[in-house]
Amino acid sequence: MNTTTSVNGCFVFKPSAKKKKTLSLEDHFSHGCESAESSEKRFKLCQDLWDKIKSDTEVLQDDLNRKILDSLLDFTRKCSSTRQLSDWASQMRASEIPTAALVLGVNVPDHDMTFQSLSELLQQSVTPHVASVQAKECGALKHLMKRVLERLMGTDVTVDDEEEEEAEQTSTPLHKSVHCSLSTLCDWYKTKTKKSNTPGKKRSSPSRDDPQQPPVVIIFKDLEAFNPKVLQDFILICSRYIERLPLMFIFGIATSPSTIQHMLPHSVSSLLCIELFQSLSCTQHLATVIDQLILTHHFPFKLNAKVLQVLMSIFLYHDFSVRNFIKGLQLALLEHFHSQPLSVLCCKKKDALLNVMQLSHSDLERIRNLPSFKRYVEKQEPQEQVNLSKDDTHLKEVCQKLIKGLHKYHKNYYPVLRCLHTLTSSLPRYPLGKQVRELHLICLEKNVWENEDYQTAMKLLRMLAKDELVALLQRCVEILQPVKSKKMKNAFLQLTDLLTKFKQLDIAAEPPPCVEEPIISPVRNLQKKTDLFQLQKTLLEMNESRRAKKLSPFEVLRNEALEFLDNLVKSHLSPPESHTLNEVCYYTSSATVRRHLNATPRTSIQAALNSPYYYLQNDRLKTVDGSVSNSAPDICIAYKLHLECGRLINLYDWLEAYATVVSAAEGNNPDSDNYGKVEEVKHARFIRAVSELEFLGFIKSTKQKTDHVARLTWGGC
Amino acid sequence: MTKMLQHSGYEEERLQRVAELLPCREVQAGMLLSLMGQPQQCSYPSIFIYGHRASGKSHVMQVLLKELELPHATVSCVECVSVALLFEQVLLSFFGCDAASLLPRSPSLSDFVRIYRQHCSQTPAKQTRYIVMEKAELLRDTDANLLPALLRLQELVDDNVTIILLSEIVWDKFRPNTGCFEPLLLHFPDYSKGELQQILSQDKHPSYSAEFYSSYINILLGVFYSVCRDLRELRHLAALNFSKFCEPLAEGKVKETDTHKLWRNIEPHLKKAMQTVYLREVSSLQWEQLQQMEERECGALRGLSAHTHVELPYYSKFLLIAAYLASYNPARTDKRFFLKHHGKIRKTNFLKKNEKTSNHLLGPKPFPLDRLLAIFYSVVDSRVAPTASIFSQISSLVTLQLLTKVSHDDQLDAPKYKCAVSMDFICAISRTVNFEIIKYLYDFL
Repeated sequence: MNTTTSVNGCFVFKPSAKKKKTLSLEDHFSHGCESAESSEKRFKLCQDLWDKIKSDTEVLQDDLNRKILDSLLDFTRKCSSTRQLSDWASQMRASEIPTAALVLGVNVPDHDMTFQSLSELLQQSVTPHVASVQAKECGALKHLMKRVLERLMGTDVTVDDEEEEEAEQTSTPLHKSVHCSLSTLCDWYKTKTKKSNTPGKKRSSPSRDDPQQPPVVIIFKDLEAFNPKVLQDFILICSRYIERLPLMFIFGIATSPSTIQHMLPHSVSSLLCIELFQSLSCTQHLATVIDQLILTHHFPFKLNAKVLQVLMSIFLYHDFSVRNFIKGLQLALLEHFHSQPLSVLCCKKKDALLNVMQLSHSDLERIRNLPSFKRYVEKQEPQEQVNLSKDDTHLKEVCQKLIKGLHKYHKNYYPVLRCLHTLTSSLPRYPLGKQVRELHLICLEKNVWENEDYQTAMKLLRMLAKDELVALLQRCVEILQPVKSKKMKNAFLQLTDLLTKFKQLDIAAEPPPCVEEPIISPVRNLQKKTDLFQLQKTLLEMNESRRAKKLSPFEVLRNEALEFLDNLVKSHLSPPESHTLNEVCYYTSSATVRRHLNATPRTSIQAALNSPYYYLQNDRLKTVDGSVSNSAPDICIAYKLHLECGRLINLYDWLEAYATVVSAAEGNNPDSDNYGKVEEVKHARFIRAVSELEFLGFIKSTKQKTDHVARLTWGGC
Repeated sequence: MTKMLQHSGYEEERLQRVAELLPCREVQAGMLLSLMGQPQQCSYPSIFIYGHRASGKSHVMQVLLKELELPHATVSCVECVSVALLFEQVLLSFFGCDAASLLPRSPSLSDFVRIYRQHCSQTPAKQTRYIVMEKAELLRDTDANLLPALLRLQELVDDNVTIILLSEIVWDKFRPNTGCFEPLLLHFPDYSKGELQQILSQDKHPSYSAEFYSSYINILLGVFYSVCRDLRELRHLAALNFSKFCEPLAEGKVKETDTHKLWRNIEPHLKKAMQTVYLREVSSLQWEQLQQMEERECGALRGLSAHTHVELPYYSKFLLIAAYLASYNPARTDKRFFLKHHGKIRKTNFLKKNEKTSNHLLGPKPFPLDRLLAIFYSVVDSRVAPTASIFSQISSLVTLQLLTKVSHDDQLDAPKYKCAVSMDFICAISRTVNFEIIKYLYDFL
């Protein structure tokens, strides 16, 4: 089941439920879910949608990686073929180990998939001998050697480090003889190639030498994390065997290729023949993913501006991880179907229309309570209003109409968005953003045409030269062409009309005869007068006349075109909130997403210490003004008291204060003798609270003053 | 011509062949031969040979032992990740795999000696046995008793065996402080220019005359001798550039004897090779492709060190900037840089005696996590929640080796870090986020 692992992240799983995983998944989904009756349907919709998203992203990722993987494969093939040349130059040359430096970007966990497909491809088409190693499993040369041998030779030596000792004891005699040296690998390789040679000999074709000496590829997944000494020694050893063993390295580099030179001295790097392969940057990668998953009407599930903003900012500010972005999308999807009962309508148009008919009365009530629907009702005639609030069947019909409208809106929205982006993305200083996603965010938030930046963009567009404008319009036409909706077809026709008109202008390029005169005359006047005031006046006049002057046919046409585009934007790029029933498709709870994806452990600990009621749900702990009640747990009291201190806290004062508070909680008479007195139990409780605070990283012991502890601001982690 | 090697223990013919295989190393080879004596004679327990890389140490030993058919074991210490491997290889090449399989798991030195003696008594040595240990400097990192024991292995195993240690560093750096048996020292000096010329000229291209190739080597050495005397590298470079040298010849523009024109043609090319392929900025494969391409396209290829740009998430950039500031500014000055009302404090007021030198010359200093975060929150322009991902970014910066952790891994409380990036790098990073880092550096106040 593909979805199991991903859902694991959001819902707690009991390990015993392994057998009935899908069932328990669904149970978990419907558990605590609003409106349980439709949960089954929603679960199925959600799963279908996620499966589609998942397969789409996989295809996308493969496409993106294809180019670099292909060039890598070519490189390995080329290397394995050139090493078998026997001309003078290659004999004299020091035999270097061919090495591909693969630059993949800083998010290391994201590389796993790339390496996975790389090693699969290599195994399919170039060589069966591929081993990939990670830094964390190769602390010492011994371990690195062991991993490489294990993975290449496929021996059953246990992999776990802790078990290493026992493993070596109990291992087969094979491992005894293995002894982790490359010479054993050499022998192994010889027997391997011989074995494959013998059937080859029957065909007796010397030209088929190539596949019989397949290279041995070792992939270092995260070069930066390797211990340089280990790597150097390993390369030195390998270079001793390069004559007998066609080794090849692939370095996965997260930062920049110059790390190789930082890690390896010249004496070692001179043993390598390094070729550089640069993969697509992760921002480009994300742009493609967004393009395919978010800026399309194929997926009925949508994110509103805030949620998208959260996901984007996690990507740009925190991790640069496309995988996490997709995970975030999945979380939003799941949350939407889980928490919004009306999400049964969030599917393909045909299914949605069917589902509308099957809505229960309570669901219809929910629709009536949707803010967007209320707004819609307010705009209707009084009679219609009554009908909508009373008549269920009528409401269903209206809903069908509205759902159709929503789908139409989506169909038109994205092409127009792309058109606007092509127009504005080449403008100086990018008033509406460089990336289409930025424009999308602006459009999601509010009416884009009321935006100031939009106005400036339009102004700039009005100043475009003809060839530029025509090129941009041409691209818009290309965007609109494949769209099937009626309105877009209309727009496409109108735009092509405009374009042909622009082209006709070219043909009819006649010099405008009367334009020059009014300009020339004030200039002549200018030359006569030297008075500053006069000069200013004439200049102003010139400006006026130029503005008032009759527009050239091109300018008229340009205005017409932009007017047309402006109308297109105004009619199709309205924000989703203005559309009735948008709640069905749009997931809005950005706080949930943020809480799940960008956890703030320290803040939640602080919240727990500040207001224990929030977590413990004990009525006695309820307080009004955020102060801690006397009966709160000891650690809360100690925490509250420590907030009042400076950077250094006197332990004895703290203890005194604590004892006073606790005495009050016990209801002791303030006048009695032992009120606020430190007795053994209180002392012990206090010490425990303090050590708990130390454990949580709020204080630490200090040597600056005896009997004092220091407050920590950021925690010790 | 080659000097004759003379030794009474071996046939003339063989010595002749050895001498031919060892050009410019006759003196050392002769010396070694006389040290080794006749095969059946008992030899000195240990010999230490040192000299720079590619000065022919291993080659001389290989040729001597192989050509004279002496029993020997050659071990590269780099390969011996454990002593077990070392012992195994020695036993394997002297007594066959029976002996090697007798070694227990993780054997000690005495195990080795025991098994050696056992087999040695069965098959006593008729000739001196030689154990050659390449890259012997790595023996210093193994158990303290290994090197002294190896040096007097002859006594321990009671056999006619000689250890020959090959190393790039001098014996003084080996001597353990407890003292040990002193081996005989033998130095292999670097090849002189003439010797290099002589050796390199030997591998001439089959389709060209020896004089022609020799003149090519002469030109090559003229360019490279000042920067590189490594024979291996020079041979590599000679092979890479020879086709370019022959180009005018193939086109029929120049005759073989016209050295000056050939020199004019190849010299700029070799100079370029020195900056690129010699430094491994460009791989040899790419270099060969480059030669086949026309001149105009040569600029397209960038070297490895030209790619220094690293894309980082926004907050990672600020974390790195904060780390840089924390590493290069004294902690006392943080108030001056990061408090709003710090007053006017001159640099001279801060200056302590030992701080007159630039912090950038002294290198990065360790700082605690607290300080990093405090600086981070004051340099980053927006309000940032202290989320888990901020902390995980710190650790991923450590794995990317942009920061290094100074404190021990086990220390969870208040870890310390150092910033490991260069000034240029951090300047480039801060430019992308519009942060003027120079203003915040104490050294540039």
